[in-house]
Amino acid sequence: MRYLPLTLADRIAMLAKIGADTVDDLFIDVPEAARLAGPIEGLPAHASEMAVERHMSALAAKNMSAGSAPFFLGAGAYRHHVPASVDHLIQRGEFLTAYTPYQPEIAQGTLQVLFEFQTQVARLFGTDIANASMYDGSTACWEAILMAARVTRRGRSVLSGGLHPHYGEVVRTMAKFTQDDIVSLPAKMVADADDAAVIAAIDDKTSCVVVQYPDVMGRIPDLAAIAEAAHARGALLVAVVTEPVALGLIEAPGVLGADIVVGEGQSIGVGLQFGGPYLGLFGCREKFVRQMPGRLCGETVDVEGKRGFVLTLSTREQHIRREKATSNICTNSGLCALAFSIHLTLLGGEGLARLAGINHARAQATFERLTRIPGVSLMNDAYFNEATLILPRDAREVVRELADRKVLGGVSLGRLFPQGEGLRNGLLVAATETTTDEDIEAFALELEAVLEGASA
Amino acid sequence: MSDINAGGWRPSMGEAGDAKFTTFSGDYGLMLEEALSFELGSSDKCGVDLDPADRAPVSGLNKFLRKAAPGLPGLTEPETVRHYTRLSRQNYAIDLGPFPLGSCTMKHNPRLNEKMARLPGFADVHPMQPQKTIEGALEVIEQLADWLITLTGMASVAMSPKAGAHGELCGLLCIRAALDARGEKRDVVLVPESAHGTNPATAAFAGFKVESIPATPEGRVDVAALKAKLGPNVAGVMITNPNTCGLFEPDMKEIGDAVHAAGGYVYCDGANFNAIVGKVRPGDLGVDAMHINLHKTFSTPHGGGGPGAGPVVLSEALAPFAPLPFVTRGADGSIHLVEEENASEGHAQAFGRMVAFHGQMGMFTRALTYILSHGADGLRQVAEDAVLNANYVLRSCEDLLPAPFADSGPCMHEALFSDAGLAEGFTTLDIAKGLIDEGFHPMTVYFPLVVKGAMLVEPTETESKAGLDRFIGSLRSLAERAKAGDQSLHSAPHFAPRRRLDETLAARKPVLVWKGEPGIPGTPSLSEIGGS
Repeated sequence: MRYLPLTLADRIAMLAKIGADTVDDLFIDVPEAARLAGPIEGLPAHASEMAVERHMSALAAKNMSAGSAPFFLGAGAYRHHVPASVDHLIQRGEFLTAYTPYQPEIAQGTLQVLFEFQTQVARLFGTDIANASMYDGSTACWEAILMAARVTRRGRSVLSGGLHPHYGEVVRTMAKFTQDDIVSLPAKMVADADDAAVIAAIDDKTSCVVVQYPDVMGRIPDLAAIAEAAHARGALLVAVVTEPVALGLIEAPGVLGADIVVGEGQSIGVGLQFGGPYLGLFGCREKFVRQMPGRLCGETVDVEGKRGFVLTLSTREQHIRREKATSNICTNSGLCALAFSIHLTLLGGEGLARLAGINHARAQATFERLTRIPGVSLMNDAYFNEATLILPRDAREVVRELADRKVLGGVSLGRLFPQGEGLRNGLLVAATETTTDEDIEAFALELEAVLEGASA
Repeated sequence: MSDINAGGWRPSMGEAGDAKFTTFSGDYGLMLEEALSFELGSSDKCGVDLDPADRAPVSGLNKFLRKAAPGLPGLTEPETVRHYTRLSRQNYAIDLGPFPLGSCTMKHNPRLNEKMARLPGFADVHPMQPQKTIEGALEVIEQLADWLITLTGMASVAMSPKAGAHGELCGLLCIRAALDARGEKRDVVLVPESAHGTNPATAAFAGFKVESIPATPEGRVDVAALKAKLGPNVAGVMITNPNTCGLFEPDMKEIGDAVHAAGGYVYCDGANFNAIVGKVRPGDLGVDAMHINLHKTFSTPHGGGGPGAGPVVLSEALAPFAPLPFVTRGADGSIHLVEEENASEGHAQAFGRMVAFHGQMGMFTRALTYILSHGADGLRQVAEDAVLNANYVLRSCEDLLPAPFADSGPCMHEALFSDAGLAEGFTTLDIAKGLIDEGFHPMTVYFPLVVKGAMLVEPTETESKAGLDRFIGSLRSLAERAKAGDQSLHSAPHFAPRRRLDETLAARKPVLVWKGEPGIPGTPSLSEIGGS
């Protein structure tokens, strides 16, 4: 087999050295009844590289890739162009096949990348510090709520109705088991974010309010006002960013008073990948550092005085503190953090601002065209690259009919919020720098046809 | 000691670590230093060509606009490629040599996996596309799920957990949900002393109290002590099998029966599944839940610390509680994605949702590619070769390095040594750092906690005999030097991009972000650390 270097002669020589007759003698601790006599039945035998490639390519061909059709989906995962050098660099074996950098003398490459990544995330979010990554935005969101509870010693969290419903589900699922009190405000199809409702829900038991920015329907909450109200009652503001490219155009949450900022970094360098692996971002105020989850990379010197980097403050972590750790997280999203960091290094702050401007301009062009269709209106007039369209009928059906016409036309609010009352006609539409005028026109024509009831 | 590499390249250095002369650049031949990207970049550089936006922001956005661009310097493409390539050369990696990390299964990462994961039909697909446009993606999940279920002899699998520890959490939440469904409040989880730190951390994270179970002198779970702790308050036990001492727990079935009889569940940490894949099915041993690290047993790359994936196989008893989303195959053979939207269709007991979207698809395609390459017969050979390699290391070094459980019989996929018997003042750390000078990544050190100065060596099946002989030669040489009191070991490594780093300073005065101005070097200055 091509991945197994031992030859038959090697195996015989090694067994002799060990003093065993057969390899099965090495499995004597396994009870006889549990040992399988041969390969598991009902599964195929090994296959050549060519045969496996054929099999996998056939499966891939059954999917409609985003690049093969006019594409307008967002809802927490965005299609951006990733420069070729990003994917080339993350496939260098020294990055791809390295382990967690626990041996810093021979892991300075990974460690320096993590230090640069932490700095980039902190500057992007407007926070003092950031960690070396989490699994994804939704799990980072739950960890932020736990951290807020540790910091404030309170156990009640308020979730804005504009929080991505999957994030809300993750939080509510976990809270069921930990007895944290979660107040979920309703999602409403109205023009403005639910700032007033969030502020009204804050009381003296509230550890944090969780607000998405821009929110799941594309609206932009007034973080400064919410931060002020939260701080007045001793609560923290957790801001959630699912589209970090937006921060090239709109103010950083940390600058507006958010105490913890978490998010999904998939937009920058990582790609869609059908939902994973993604990249959890986690930034906060420096004074909370010992309450943070996840790995942290810090600067130090070696015995010769040369600058170097190490994983630090590990006493927060599971491998040292076991049941008293701040989180059980071990493996995170190192390679996705590298991709994010390379892409952001290529862009720089000015490049990110320009990219954000282009995204916003493409979204404007999209909504200008689509709202010319009879019966279609735009819910919110402040948006970044994604907003909610209100259609004259159930958007779930419209999305399916558009797919029959080879258009990937957004995410219906009905799929995101199956229990949501009054959201059925909402369609979440995103545009990015990859959206062409032709895409917009094709989408508009097919949407018109679908709404007129024409058959595909 | 050995002249295996007598003709190989060696840096011509004087006394250990002392260069005979200094260079102007701070680099020495191919030993390259690299400044931070912030020190190299500037705000007027960009490696992506972007035309300015063709319109002003909509008026509703005015009050939200940034005052200034984020303070992040940019680099052009050639500078970026060079920066990261130079940094990469300061990393050890599987592509360079063995990574003998016990409990971590650092095996070769086949490049076909990477190629397949990058097919546009997998890489460029959005998780919320209509189901009829993603049938191939659902089939990948379903096929991988089927392999995992069959290989483990379990009833079902939850695919969405993002890593091993996340999978542990999933398994314990299934246990909690099952207990809730029975109307029972059990709040204790038993965890052996030798367990990974994630086990007790996960149990606490899921709201359980953790009670520790001691190990026997033979390095196995003390079954009598475990049975004595069982009772109406015990939700379950977390067992690693093969365990972190590298030994199979022969009493697994007996433990499982006792736990079940007492009304609890058995969680198995599947980190060491590589030792038994295709040889033993955990389902035959009474396991109720087990996570599988796709980045260990199934060769998806570690990437310097992730991403991984941690699907959890479940027994009949726990299967109904698996979290959303998941894929099901209908009677007509069609595959469906079950998420909130259609969760009421007979999946009412799902305990909730653990992640946004559907899990680590990019890892599923890689793992499925690997599994299809090996097939059922190849995976069995994987386990056999992994165990053979570990025993070969054990029997080749036990005369020089104490192996505390060598008399317990063969080890499984990893060999455990201790630093007892080295000269006064010499420890596992010296051996580990000495291995770096020998051109190897150290083994797992000071774990498991049940052995003082533990060294846990897991070669994996992708090391050749010749490669193992080189590693064994180095390990023996280091043991001899440490027994002879060779003081130079205390200052190892001498031949790495950095010498021993001051971890105390890093923790006492944490510097977690660069605080300088873009394009302006921070401390120390560029001339001190070199630069490009």
